[in-house]
Amino acid sequence: MKINPKIVEDVCKELYIRALKVLPDDIKQGFARLDAAETDATGKAILGTMIQNIKVAESTDNLLCQDTGIPIYNVTIGPDVQVDGHKLKEAIVRACAAATHEYPLRSSVVHPITRANDHTNTGRRIPVINIDFSDEREVLRIEMIPKGSGSENGSFLKMCVPAEGVDGIKTFVVDKVIEAGGKVCPPTIVGVGVGGTADLCVHLAKIAATRPLGSVCDDEAGAKLECELTAAVNSLGIGPQGLGGDSTAFAVHVETAATHITMNPVAVNIQCHSARRATATFTPSAVEYGF
Amino acid sequence: MAHYDFDMPISEDQVRSLRIGDTVSLNGTLFGIRDATQIEMFDRGRKTRFNLNDHAVIHTAPNVRKVEDKTKFPAGYAPICIGTTTSARMERFTRPLMEQHGVRIIIGKGGLMAQSKAAFVELGGVYLAIIGGTAALETTWIEAIEDVDLDDLNPESLWKFRVRDFGPLLVGMDSHGGSLYETVQATVAERRAQALSVLGVKS
Repeated sequence: MKINPKIVEDVCKELYIRALKVLPDDIKQGFARLDAAETDATGKAILGTMIQNIKVAESTDNLLCQDTGIPIYNVTIGPDVQVDGHKLKEAIVRACAAATHEYPLRSSVVHPITRANDHTNTGRRIPVINIDFSDEREVLRIEMIPKGSGSENGSFLKMCVPAEGVDGIKTFVVDKVIEAGGKVCPPTIVGVGVGGTADLCVHLAKIAATRPLGSVCDDEAGAKLECELTAAVNSLGIGPQGLGGDSTAFAVHVETAATHITMNPVAVNIQCHSARRATATFTPSAVEYGF
Repeated sequence: MAHYDFDMPISEDQVRSLRIGDTVSLNGTLFGIRDATQIEMFDRGRKTRFNLNDHAVIHTAPNVRKVEDKTKFPAGYAPICIGTTTSARMERFTRPLMEQHGVRIIIGKGGLMAQSKAAFVELGGVYLAIIGGTAALETTWIEAIEDVDLDDLNPESLWKFRVRDFGPLLVGMDSHGGSLYETVQATVAERRAQALSVLGVKS
């Protein structure tokens, strides 16, 4: 299967706008689950408004949130997919700029030192483009995540030492969820990276934060940790928007990587309740959109 | 707990009548302001031609479309999606906004901290909590973008919106030293030890 960069550009433009408008079904179901269980009156009212907003965005064909985020594209390439990787990356950059200009979207991206905004939602090394490979033969999958800044600012890394053990990891996660409080727009998905190098650990936290609700870490020890931490953070009483209640997080997700004998890294990356993502799957017969 | 409908601007007495837990809806003028706007105004001495005295500001940077028809869109912008950003980043600007410009109400999400609380008590102001991430709904409360200043900072310009039934917003911090955020934080601090104990963390 040969991939035409022009089609990638059109699809990636569409993905950005789709992601900003319609939440995935797993997140909608997550809202229904939290709303049914919330015991705090303020918390329940806030969840009700969030659910109303999802409906208003769909009925008015509007963006869910004003924050157009930092665009992230996760590209997964199967073994029988023929694609010029350099042109594919260029197409994704053009797609972000085109979506921003044509819709038009707020440009949320600035130079990190001069703070100059060229109104394209692109810039040095932005969009973030992650490339991975799968064993699905003739499948190219592109996932788009507009990562909101309120929750991205709730990102933390600690290079714990081995003597701190799993206790150090657990304490760090609980304390960072407390520190983030209402600033990260709870209810959230708390992404936790455990192990690896410092940079891999933070990347794992992002993978965890943007995984669909209901998915489980494929490392048994990680899966156990995500169950325990989900219960722990929801016992704290932070609640929706940090104004009190049971619904602090839809879930805590954990991703793990092997690490060095002298290291015990843990990272937290948080996804706000507007957990937006959209996916396009290219096969020889069609391009199909989903979440 | 009571609900108030305010036509902006309002008086100090009206602001001081509010208590945490009350709800408020606004009508009339609302100013949009953000990080870069306030960095320019308070760190670099930029002046605005707007009079913010006794008004409300909201922490926002909107999605807008440039339009030619100035009769319908006086600022040259049509609103697309207008929402609210995290307030805590702008904590240090609460006092100068109130002291230098007479702002009475700050609307945002996630709450403000001790410096702002002191300014609200001393100068007569409140923080109204809006629900972050609900911009599609919030946009339906905005009638028009009436004017814009400092627009070289776009999207972090100083925006003048006309709003109708903007709310209900929750009084999160009042002029009597009340803060719903601090109340929640105290509960959370109490529960932390129990949460860590259930996790099997040895202290």
